[in-house]
Amino acid sequence: MGVEQKLGNMGVVTLKLEQAVNWARTNAMWPMLFGLACCAIEMMSAQASTYDMSRFGMELMRASPRQSDLMIVAGRVSRKMAPVLRRLYDQMPDPKWVISMGDCASCGGVFNNYAIVPGVDEVVPVDVYVAGCPPRPEALIHGILTLQEKVRGEKVKDWA
Amino acid sequence: MDEHISAAVAALTDRFGAQASEFRGQFSLLLAPEHIVTACQALLDEFAFDSLAGQTAVDYWPEEQPRFHLIYLLYSFQHYQRLTLRVPINGNALSLPTIENVYPSANWYEREILDMFGVRFEGHSDLRRILMPYDWVGHPLRKDYPLGYEEVQFSFNYDEIDARKPYARE
Repeated sequence: MGVEQKLGNMGVVTLKLEQAVNWARTNAMWPMLFGLACCAIEMMSAQASTYDMSRFGMELMRASPRQSDLMIVAGRVSRKMAPVLRRLYDQMPDPKWVISMGDCASCGGVFNNYAIVPGVDEVVPVDVYVAGCPPRPEALIHGILTLQEKVRGEKVKDWA
Repeated sequence: MDEHISAAVAALTDRFGAQASEFRGQFSLLLAPEHIVTACQALLDEFAFDSLAGQTAVDYWPEEQPRFHLIYLLYSFQHYQRLTLRVPINGNALSLPTIENVYPSANWYEREILDMFGVRFEGHSDLRRILMPYDWVGHPLRKDYPLGYEEVQFSFNYDEIDARKPYARE
């Protein structure tokens, strides 16, 4: 039963505003290039041709925070980089989401010392954590699909 | 080639009272801190050691006299020879003249030594931290610096650590 049968003679589809807005948000979510370390390689290969992320809506990665909605923190965040990360997060316009990719961004990873922030959720609020060192591109895509399910479940009263 | 390095070592030993040692073909000279700039200038001008391959420090805590040894790794492209200079300094006189005017690449190396060990360099053009944030207190690579780790969050202590852990607000 396709959408043509619902259109009727007038060519009109009715649905809830939540569904419409969330559908638009998930299917065209542009990530911001925030590859810090080794996870960036896996993020690049997830964007490239074999594991294409464009089929999920992430057509391109914007380097500017003003033009992106999703920040994939890929790699370890050092103490010197943490205020920069926060500043770039603050420069992103709403609505914005954060995926913490890899072990170092989620919990500090293999590092437990003075130089690495143990988990990027001490700096920015995270929506989805993707585990792995580095996570395979399929794992990152699974994280993106999880984020898309989360966004599809958002309610009108939660929109700021 | 071997004559060249022996000539350099001999010259430094005569002029500055350096103590030479050799290990598997690599030469190392122990030098006093007041001679380091003139020694580097002599090596650059007369013996064609035109590149500072590295500059770092070693902490010998709890031995206070000397506490740090500064290591200068010099390389000569024309003669394919390496030379190491070691400068011992005390724990309470952590200051040394800079060799930035002789080898400009010493700029970042000396900033790293300041950041990690706390050794200041007089005459440096831009002496501030390079690896840690600019307002960090402490010098991490000293032997009496704490490891700086945080308690690992397993499942049995998940809730306790979760209550203490600083999460970011929107």
